[in-house]
Amino acid sequence: MGQPLAPPPVAGDLSDRLVATDVWTDGMLAEHGIPVVDVPLVTFGGGIGSFVTADYLRICGVPTSAIRVLTPLETPWQSYEYLTTVSQIPRTERLRSDSASTPDNIWGFPSYALREGLQGDLKQLWNVLVEPIWANYYTPRAGAAFTAMEKEMHRIRYPEMVVRGQVRMVRRRAGGGYFTILTPPQGAAPTRRIAYRSQWVHVAVGYPGLKFLDDLQEYRKQTNDYGSVVNAYEPHEHVYEKLRAKPGVVLVRGGGIVASRVLQRLIDDRDRFRLDTQIVHLFRTYTATPHGTGILKRRKGADGWAYQGFNYPKSVWGGQLKQQVRKTEGAERARLYKEMGGTNTPVRRDWQEQLSRGRAQGWYRVMIGQIDRMTKTGELVEVAVASDQGPQLGSFDAVVDCTGLEADIREHRVLADLLDHSGAGRNPVGRLDVERTFEVRGTRNGNGRIYASGSATLGGYFPGVDTFLGLQIAAQEIADDLHAQGFGSKLGPGRSTSQWWKWFRNQQI
Amino acid sequence: MLPTLNGRIQTRVALLVVVGSVWTLLITPLLPTGVGLGASYGATFSVLLVVTVLGVLWELVYHGIQQFRWEKDWPTLFGLVTMVPEGLLVWFLFAGGAIPWIGSLPGWAFLVHFVTTWMWVFVIANGPIRVPFVHWRFNGGRLV
Repeated sequence: MGQPLAPPPVAGDLSDRLVATDVWTDGMLAEHGIPVVDVPLVTFGGGIGSFVTADYLRICGVPTSAIRVLTPLETPWQSYEYLTTVSQIPRTERLRSDSASTPDNIWGFPSYALREGLQGDLKQLWNVLVEPIWANYYTPRAGAAFTAMEKEMHRIRYPEMVVRGQVRMVRRRAGGGYFTILTPPQGAAPTRRIAYRSQWVHVAVGYPGLKFLDDLQEYRKQTNDYGSVVNAYEPHEHVYEKLRAKPGVVLVRGGGIVASRVLQRLIDDRDRFRLDTQIVHLFRTYTATPHGTGILKRRKGADGWAYQGFNYPKSVWGGQLKQQVRKTEGAERARLYKEMGGTNTPVRRDWQEQLSRGRAQGWYRVMIGQIDRMTKTGELVEVAVASDQGPQLGSFDAVVDCTGLEADIREHRVLADLLDHSGAGRNPVGRLDVERTFEVRGTRNGNGRIYASGSATLGGYFPGVDTFLGLQIAAQEIADDLHAQGFGSKLGPGRSTSQWWKWFRNQQI
Repeated sequence: MLPTLNGRIQTRVALLVVVGSVWTLLITPLLPTGVGLGASYGATFSVLLVVTVLGVLWELVYHGIQQFRWEKDWPTLFGLVTMVPEGLLVWFLFAGGAIPWIGSLPGWAFLVHFVTTWMWVFVIANGPIRVPFVHWRFNGGRLV
């Protein structure tokens, strides 16, 4: 690092030399003409992960001036709402989330069900009293979650902390702390990049990306047909419109919550518009009975589906399983994840009714196996399946893939950069390795620490990371760790109660 | 609720000692005990003590039952219906003279005291406790 760096091609931009350098000095940024903004803590991603973390810290007394949220999003729930909407959960529908998982309220009290009860819907209160024995789990409407978050966003003066732009990378700073490089929207700043110099960085970039199955990609490459074979997380309203225009046969693939939702939409349309849609449902793994590794570990299952209220057994968010996983390392932890994991969906009476009606009337059929290949024959998609009954061939008007695989963390540029340049590593299931405090292991620099929460950290000491409550649990761990370093106040009973009272009165803080 | 064994016991003891005591203090003068205030307090606080001590043993049973649940959770309703076996056991102990320092406690007085105390503890454990103790629900119900 003795020789000066070559000048960058554009004013205030990165250069190849700078990108190739792991640890940056203040001088390097000055040479590149990249302006530096000082702030104690930067959180980026700007979705619900950043929001609940900023919320927690604001409640711990951290001023808005000490936090910057770097994000391309208009609102914290923008990305989430996009995904829920395309996967058939518009604002009026209910999410798969617990009543006390309230991203607008760190205490989970009053819960969503209690709020609905106080507004006169006593059925919801009864539901949370008797669930899951005599009722399916209560879940909030997507719209209720977004509206409540919007209120909290203004209460904590979140917009004052937001800086618009895309984060390109985080690098360690010589002398401690980090530089987070932001690319502001074109024309919004005089330089191509802005560097945020901070002691703490919080990474909350959400899902690294969607991974489309090879057969889907292959089909698209060969046919250039992007409309007939879709992933459920892509906008695919045209599929439902096509089936409304003329009767058709659709292949639904997958055994998770998204498959449940897509089936519901297909059957709702079928009922509402008196359609003759025929549905073939392809399971790779067919669950016929309760299953598990022993009498104390049996998950319900029937008709192909593995049933579970939420995406993990409930006690990962606070009880026995949370405590158990927290103590495990390496292969043992990976084993526990495997034991709890597997695709599953909640039991919901309306879904059960629809599917049993479909089975009885013959318009909903199940097949077990894997797709070998898909080819285009005229207007239809011909699908070859290696099924448990031998090879099968079928023609469909549309194929909706609900397998929802997540891409490798390396698919996200910032996460890849952390792995390559900042000492971050992978956990036993291959995602970003974090400590119990959600500090990204291996990235500590002087007095600086990088934290991460959300989907990218799945496989750590806490399993339920990619959920509303998981993000709040991470936020609490992070806030406690920051408090131990002198940032923010301790949230003991006194402060917690007084802050809750402020929340209750919607008093701005 | 998502309790661990330790969390169950801590929550049980803390709520009965704090919430139970305050409520017992307030309601005892209104109970149809048929004896003086001093003796009434003696009886109701004895009930509270026995419920707390036996409760720790009950929690061991509940923890065992919880192991058969895939989710390893404790549904809200369970926290309510367990009132029945626990109440009956305590009542039989009192009625059967197993608590030697208490003369007698009329059934109605016992029922009103026991059920109302249980309801307070149940309601507070299912929400308001999280207001002062924001870590409680993520720590399996542990307070310390």
